[in-house]
Amino acid sequence: MGKVNVTSKDVVVPGEVLATGMDNLPGIGTYRDGENIIASKLGLVNLDGRTIKLISLSGRYIPKKFDTILCKVTDVNISSWTLDTSSPYHAMLSLKEATSEFIARGADLKQYYDIGDNLVCKIVNVTSQKLMDVTMKGPGLRKLSGGRIIEVSSNKVPRIIGKEGSMVSMIKEITNCNISIGQNGVVWIDGTPEGELLAIKAIRKIEAESHLVGLTDNIKSFLDKNKPRSKQ
Amino acid sequence: MVYKERIDGRKFDEARKMEAEVGIIPRADGSARFKIGNTEAYAAVYGPKNLHPRFLQNPSTGILRCSYNMMPFSSYGERVRPGGSRRSKEISLVTQKALLPVLDLSDYPNSVVDVFIEFPQTEAGSRCAGICAASMALADAGLLMKDLVSAVSVGRVDDKIVVDLDYNEESYEDGPVADTPIAMIPRTGEITLLQMDGLVSKDDLKKSLEMAKKVCKDIYKIQEQALKAKYQKGVKNV
Repeated sequence: MGKVNVTSKDVVVPGEVLATGMDNLPGIGTYRDGENIIASKLGLVNLDGRTIKLISLSGRYIPKKFDTILCKVTDVNISSWTLDTSSPYHAMLSLKEATSEFIARGADLKQYYDIGDNLVCKIVNVTSQKLMDVTMKGPGLRKLSGGRIIEVSSNKVPRIIGKEGSMVSMIKEITNCNISIGQNGVVWIDGTPEGELLAIKAIRKIEAESHLVGLTDNIKSFLDKNKPRSKQ
Repeated sequence: MVYKERIDGRKFDEARKMEAEVGIIPRADGSARFKIGNTEAYAAVYGPKNLHPRFLQNPSTGILRCSYNMMPFSSYGERVRPGGSRRSKEISLVTQKALLPVLDLSDYPNSVVDVFIEFPQTEAGSRCAGICAASMALADAGLLMKDLVSAVSVGRVDDKIVVDLDYNEESYEDGPVADTPIAMIPRTGEITLLQMDGLVSKDDLKKSLEMAKKVCKDIYKIQEQALKAKYQKGVKNV
């Protein structure tokens, strides 16, 4: 009785009728209107049993608890730092969560993190109004120095990281760069100038082609072809 | 005097030639171009982003801000004075009201989505072209939308009911003219914008609404294709 009008990995637009009948369930990015399941955003179809879900292809980052993100310090307050998160909301880093060092009363907080510093931090709490508390305590959470920062669409982050980090490890290995990726779509790359440029090109390529099949192979052949010749 | 044949030779229920394209402004979160006849609209969406001044913030939902702007040498008659005017402010507002019913910004409290619609050239029907472009750009920006909005102007020239009036028809002098811009959700037929300029009878208005519905469905198809084409471009490169 029920009829599904789409297959997995189809691109659909808002208002498109994905399925008719009551046999299927509306998942993320879809809604039911009478007999029909309708797409409520631009996305890639993902058929998961009877549920029809949409994977976003674009859109800003929405803060989520326990995400690791890359932020920039925008203000230093009495007992906290304000961070820009490349999303519509800013994050707060409190003194308690900032460092395990002893901070004396009245100390100038700029000596720990100054305005303009880039930090890798983890979201510990998100309120209903999307305000974030972040921490610097945890493995891999640190202040970044050197390197360069680019911004990508936060929806492409899982593709750039790859399955269990396979994609980013490959880029790291071939370009000889250190790379940190925040779930908010901010990417830090540090290495030789040639390596950095190649890594950026590869990441931009992933961003543009992430919805296509054979992504890993495409990126691998792209990196091999453009590999910097002299390795230190 | 009877209006027998349209000035540019179209059928009475035929819209001008349309073109649409998505993702044309790389720095924007979403962007689109919609062209109908000689009227061309570019829409760019930025956000959701932090909203200042803070008194405009709404803690229960994000807000939508639209800006309609005709470029100085875009129109037929005299040069358009740059910057806002009474007219552009009104159209910005009705554009916002036409788009809000499909948009769900409740995931983004206290934030704003900015839509800038620019017209390099216009020849009647600009608010409708702007709404079509903006609705594609909002979808391209990945926002939650119930549906796309399509818009077209319909109306009456002398004794005929016509779709998508051009400048010559709007300024037709040998008989009465009514110009009715309509924006709607084509799938359900829900109307989000309905304005009118001129004189029209109740029956004629009903007839013209039916014609608008048909054209809006065609526009939706063009919008849909344009949105999908952005992601099919990549397929060809591989």
